[in-house]
Amino acid sequence: MNEARKEALIRKYSYAAQQASVQKEKGPGGPGPGGPGRGRGRMPGGKPKNTGKTIKRLLSYIQEEKYKLALVFACVIINTTAMLSGSYMLRPIINSLTSENGSVDKLLQSLLLMACIYAVGIIAQYLQSRVMIGISQQAIFRIRNELFAKIQKLPVRFYDTNNHGDIMSRFTNDVDAVGEMLNNTVVQIISSVINVIGTFCLMVYTNVWLTLITVVTVPLMMQAARFVTMHSRRFYKAQQAALGTLNGYIEETVTGQKVVKVFCHEEIAEEEFSYLNYDLRDKQIMAQFFGGIMGPVMGNLGQVGYSLTACVGGILCVLRGFDIGGLTVFVNYSRQFSRPINELSMQMNTIFSALAGAERVFSVMDENPEPEDGPEAVRLTDCRGYVRLEGVTFGYQPDKTILKDISLYAKPGQKIAFVGSTGAGKTTITNLINRFYDIDEGRITIDDVDIKKIARDDLRSNIAMVLQDTHLFTGTVRENIRYGRLDATDAEVEQAARTASAHSFIMRLDKGYDTMIEGDGANLSQGQRQLLNIARAAVSRAPILILDEATSSVDTRTEKHIEKGMDRLMAERTTLVIAHRLSTVRDADAIMVLEHGEIIERGSHDDLLAMKGRYYELYTGKSELE
Amino acid sequence: MKRYLKYVKPYWYAFILGPILMITEVAGEVILPAYMARIINIGAANRDVPYIIGTGLTMIVIALIMMGGGIGGAWFASKASISFGADLRNDCFKKVQKFSFANIDTFSTGSLVTRLTNDITQVQNLIMMGLRMMLRAPGMLIGAIIMAFSMNAGLARVFLIIMPVMIIAIVIIMRTAFPRFTIMQKKLDKVNSNIQETLQNVRVIKSFVRGDYEEKRFSDSNEDLKDSSLRAFKVVILQMPLMSFFMNATTLAVVWMGGKQVLVGDMQVGNLTAFTTYIVQVLMSLMMLAMVFLQSSRAVASARRINEILDTEIDLTDENAKQTTKMVREGKIEFQQVSFRYYKDSQEKVLDDISLTIEPGQTVGIIGSTGCGKTTLVSMIPRLYDADEGRILVDGVDVREYSLKNLRNGVGMVLQKNVLFSGTIEENLMWGDEEASQEEVHAASEAAQADAFLQTFPDGYQTQLGQGGVNVSGGQKQRLCIARALLKKPKILILDDSTSAVDTATEAKIRESFTGTLKCTTKLIIAQRITSVMNADQIVVMDEGKIVGLGRHEELLKGCEAYQEIYYSQMDREVSAS
Repeated sequence: MNEARKEALIRKYSYAAQQASVQKEKGPGGPGPGGPGRGRGRMPGGKPKNTGKTIKRLLSYIQEEKYKLALVFACVIINTTAMLSGSYMLRPIINSLTSENGSVDKLLQSLLLMACIYAVGIIAQYLQSRVMIGISQQAIFRIRNELFAKIQKLPVRFYDTNNHGDIMSRFTNDVDAVGEMLNNTVVQIISSVINVIGTFCLMVYTNVWLTLITVVTVPLMMQAARFVTMHSRRFYKAQQAALGTLNGYIEETVTGQKVVKVFCHEEIAEEEFSYLNYDLRDKQIMAQFFGGIMGPVMGNLGQVGYSLTACVGGILCVLRGFDIGGLTVFVNYSRQFSRPINELSMQMNTIFSALAGAERVFSVMDENPEPEDGPEAVRLTDCRGYVRLEGVTFGYQPDKTILKDISLYAKPGQKIAFVGSTGAGKTTITNLINRFYDIDEGRITIDDVDIKKIARDDLRSNIAMVLQDTHLFTGTVRENIRYGRLDATDAEVEQAARTASAHSFIMRLDKGYDTMIEGDGANLSQGQRQLLNIARAAVSRAPILILDEATSSVDTRTEKHIEKGMDRLMAERTTLVIAHRLSTVRDADAIMVLEHGEIIERGSHDDLLAMKGRYYELYTGKSELE
Repeated sequence: MKRYLKYVKPYWYAFILGPILMITEVAGEVILPAYMARIINIGAANRDVPYIIGTGLTMIVIALIMMGGGIGGAWFASKASISFGADLRNDCFKKVQKFSFANIDTFSTGSLVTRLTNDITQVQNLIMMGLRMMLRAPGMLIGAIIMAFSMNAGLARVFLIIMPVMIIAIVIIMRTAFPRFTIMQKKLDKVNSNIQETLQNVRVIKSFVRGDYEEKRFSDSNEDLKDSSLRAFKVVILQMPLMSFFMNATTLAVVWMGGKQVLVGDMQVGNLTAFTTYIVQVLMSLMMLAMVFLQSSRAVASARRINEILDTEIDLTDENAKQTTKMVREGKIEFQQVSFRYYKDSQEKVLDDISLTIEPGQTVGIIGSTGCGKTTLVSMIPRLYDADEGRILVDGVDVREYSLKNLRNGVGMVLQKNVLFSGTIEENLMWGDEEASQEEVHAASEAAQADAFLQTFPDGYQTQLGQGGVNVSGGQKQRLCIARALLKKPKILILDDSTSAVDTATEAKIRESFTGTLKCTTKLIIAQRITSVMNADQIVVMDEGKIVGLGRHEELLKGCEAYQEIYYSQMDREVSAS
């Protein structure tokens, strides 16, 4: 491969990676690309922006259980003190062994005391982690629940403008990072700090000069740590970028594997892949190397300190009469002193990614929810289904108008169809009627009441939707249909399935209505899934029905078969239909031809054909739908 | 496991040097306390300051050598494990490239991607950890025990009692914790798929006002997760206190027994100090080993998934290709009693005894309801699948006798599921022919009715496509895919429902241009719309894997019931209207 191609390859896939992130800021043009895995290979990283505030908020989740938390603190203190004083007790023991008046009785006494202290410490240690695990799991449980409840309240706009993979990774990676920190780090920090302070005090108490030597090695260690981190961070970044590029390449190639085969493109793919793969390898070796030397460098600097202490301590014993027991415990302390510092510096990564994660979680929690219904909100009961749009103007972004001055009405039981090119604004109209988005100008009324004045839940309960992208939930077929009306009886569910012509294929499934649907209905064909969606709408008693390309995946023959059911479904309802296939809208009471956000023609099928306008051209295939 | 040796071979020196260098660090760690004991026993006891300084300096030098060993070990460990991972990944990718369509169908795309990324990383991490710990933990364990025994064999016997007890304790903890973690992972997966579903289905949830219902559902599975994690963690947290217990108990025992020996003069007090250090080292290395085992169980699961890729039997190969130099020149296609099922054990035949002859240059339309086997039928021609029974001849030669490359180069196919790749539009089109000139690219896109809309793009053919071609509309994408296939200048062109998003007028233009530019190319067109195939030389009507009608439009309209049904479902009112 030549240099130019290598460069182009990297450019292409880092561009693809960029696109995925740009997607976030891009305006909505329909539902964002879904699916998890976008966050794959992404590490929660970067420094958090507002550390103090985030920590405070994070702590608020564990503050609730004050008493338990106090217990944890107490346990940490007891445990640390016990361990420190336990090891300090070695000093008199060893001293008495070296002195003349040592005796077995005395030794036994001191050892028993030591055993008691240790026992207390161990019990405290267990209690501390047992209670803390409860607190942190509860906190994570609450964070997840709150986050979920929050996203339920967010407007559709949020879902349309945010990458689903990214939201997913807030639930998984970010919450996990927070959990990791709450599980271990909180206790770790407290105990490390107490340990360092306690050890330091005991060290000073044991011998001031030796303490000085130990303390001198600390800045040296910090300097070394900084050096290593600086380099490892740089290479780590390069590694992550290369990993992202490679993952992008894999994802795309494997997704398009069949095309690759049809075009005999395998060899080129292998060549490109192996270039990206080895590029990653070279960067990863460096990153992992610098990540890996942190331990040896820090640990062995600690050993140098240990040696220095031993040496100077030995000299002090000889020249200054420092006791050997003191030297023994001191050497142990100097090890204990560097360990928590070491651990803390290793924990820094966990802490930073947890805080960054917490920030990302909180930023979702701080999103503006759909505004609450005002106090003057009207209940919508016994809705007849009279829908009216008056001079509706709307754009997803303020400067980009999608719909201009749309006026139309649908009387109860009528069927209104929308035809037009992709992007003409058909789907947008349906987004407005149930207030997924609020309109900029004009008004929409149902039964002569402005929808902005109707309680949102009431409004939506009265509108049933069947969407182009068929969405099913994990659960049985029956549960999926019943989603339309939770109190529907089994008989009503079956009736709805019959209406949607879904009954016969359901009966052919392994367990009929009790067949489990998994992974968004992967075990059903696209057409069957659409039929279930229609059945779900049929079971609801909503007087208004919106069909957005509801039968696009059903072939014309099957569509013909379910036509009767659809007719029955639409008969008692006000129906708004969007269809790509013109044959499905012919018998509508009125057909609206949309172009660039405006209604350019309207009337019945025959009227429109007679007009010989745009609809006529579309229908006879003389003009292009794009 | 044997297959992995291949990836070790090129880096064998790193695989050996890494652990060896690591062991210098361990050796130092074991030796240092002994020097420390000498300072106390000899230096301090004899008040020998030069000896103390000498020993101290030796210790510092040893510590520095240890650091060097540690750094070197880290270098070789990363080099060995990452090179291993990269080579393994390369082979997996190559293997996937060799997959037949049937092979691809058995794995989901997502799982293939995970295997190539996450799973390999898991294995790579295990190897890196292994190289760092492999000799380290056991080395430290053995070293510390040897040192302890050589200092005071009697006292060292304490280890012989305490170690088995501790190992048993660790094993019990891990064996209890492991299944609990598996359950926890399952619950976590459930919570995650719940969230994902909600994100995808937000419009449904909102339009049926099921927010509270979903919250309840989520809260239940979240609660489940919390309980199962608590159950798992409850066991794991025993490890630390238990560890402290053993450490302290051993210290007490050593001081008690050693203390008595010191009192009677059988032991030097400095050795007692060193002993306590060895206790920590022995127990620490045991903990470390336990951790490696815990980690490896995760990596083993990953390795299993990688093996599934590597073990996949490629069911479509060039093995029987007798005429490897044969190219497709005419474009004649014959199906002779072809039957096919996707799974060997499934009852239902996707294709059932199909016989069909297509002459060079003919246009053939294929129509029928979804799932009737249209796509399968045409997939047989470029040998994307092999027939179970019967045979397919292209230019009078069995497709299995061609080399796959020559066969597929002769057949242009536009798949139902169109995919464009990152890069410029031009780069995408040139997939069809890498050496295509600019004129050829333009001509092909003109024939596919793509040139006109490409001209309206500010960057024209140089427009960058995002991942999966997100910035062109469905109809535009289909036309680009057709252009890409046209550039191959195939003898046989297959369009599998590839104009469904293109409007009828443009579609007609595409068909028209075919009759001009692709006169000698055999064209097979699968379509939903009857207008797409009406003018074909022959129309194949399929139903449940069988050909139920074959002939020209007028003939079928008279004689074929299925065809009539399709026709009237689309045309009746139109016909009566006009």
